[in-house]
Amino acid sequence: MTTTTIAAPRSPRRLRGRTNTELYAWLFMRVSGVFLIVLVFGHLFVNLMVGEGINALDFAFVAGKWADPLWQVWDLLMLWLAMIHGTNGLRTVINDYAERDQVRMWLKMLLYVAAAFTIILGTLVIFTFDPCPAEAAAELLPSFCPGA
Amino acid sequence: MPKAPAGTIYRGREGMWSWVAHRVTGIGIFFFLLVHIVDTALVRVSPESYNEVIATYKTTIVGLMEVLLVAAIVFHAFNGLRIILVDFWSKGPRYQRQMLAGVGILWLVLMVPFLVRHLSHVFGG
Ligand code: HEM
Repeated sequence: MTTTTIAAPRSPRRLRGRTNTELYAWLFMRVSGVFLIVLVFGHLFVNLMVGEGINALDFAFVAGKWADPLWQVWDLLMLWLAMIHGTNGLRTVINDYAERDQVRMWLKMLLYVAAAFTIILGTLVIFTFDPCPAEAAAELLPSFCPGA
Repeated sequence: MPKAPAGTIYRGREGMWSWVAHRVTGIGIFFFLLVHIVDTALVRVSPESYNEVIATYKTTIVGLMEVLLVAAIVFHAFNGLRIILVDFWSKGPRYQRQMLAGVGILWLVLMVPFLVRHLSHVFGG
């Protein structure tokens, strides 16, 4: 005779090997969302509304912004929060629509590789940025560079 | 995994459609962001290559795509706030419809000045 083991009623979920990862992911979407409103709206306002808007954007504009530690921290936070928020959002979307196990697994792998690549790339750019590269034409540089 | 019959509509109405719009805008913003991080990384290559890629952002076609992008972000942001209020505010679920109307109003209040300003940059040079 085969016996089926049935968990005792009301036994705590943890005993069945469950974790709270999904709860933390759910919470992160909401907390990061609140921060992103400030970060993204501030970014759009300064880059598209102030002064000449889109027409003012060039290397010197970016260099001028990143000369200020405030904008370095701003952009770094925005990069990490938006990428993790978006990646977690896309994870949900993939889980919803990709029904075959293999397809779902590979789509998520692709997503995580793309996310890690862009986060690392963006972080390196912010930290290693040189506003006055020696070999560049002086008229393309921000006004605080020696030759400009 | 159980399979839903194709072409079903979950209850319809504003609750479902705001969810669809939130999902579509979130996916769209994500893929723009991937491209945007890579194009910004060109500041690390040379001022010339960055200025070259950013010049495409100033063309009329891309300028109009930026309107779509900002419209998507503003909707996603305010509707995201609505989702948060539905989840955490005790009266949130009861007022979700009114809050969606609020999302629409705030969206208009931000989009009108943005459109005036951005389109004058795109078309005014
Ligand atoms: C600007 C402020 C933002 C706020 C307030 C916000 C808020 C939210 C919230 C509350 C969710 C709900 C997730 C759930 O239902 O559990 C969500 C989902 C999502 N967000 Fe955002 N978000 C913002 C910006 C962004 C950005 C910049 C991106 C792209 C990089 C993004 C991409 C997504 C995606 C892909 C989803 C998943 C949609 C789904 O599951 O249907 N969001 N957002």
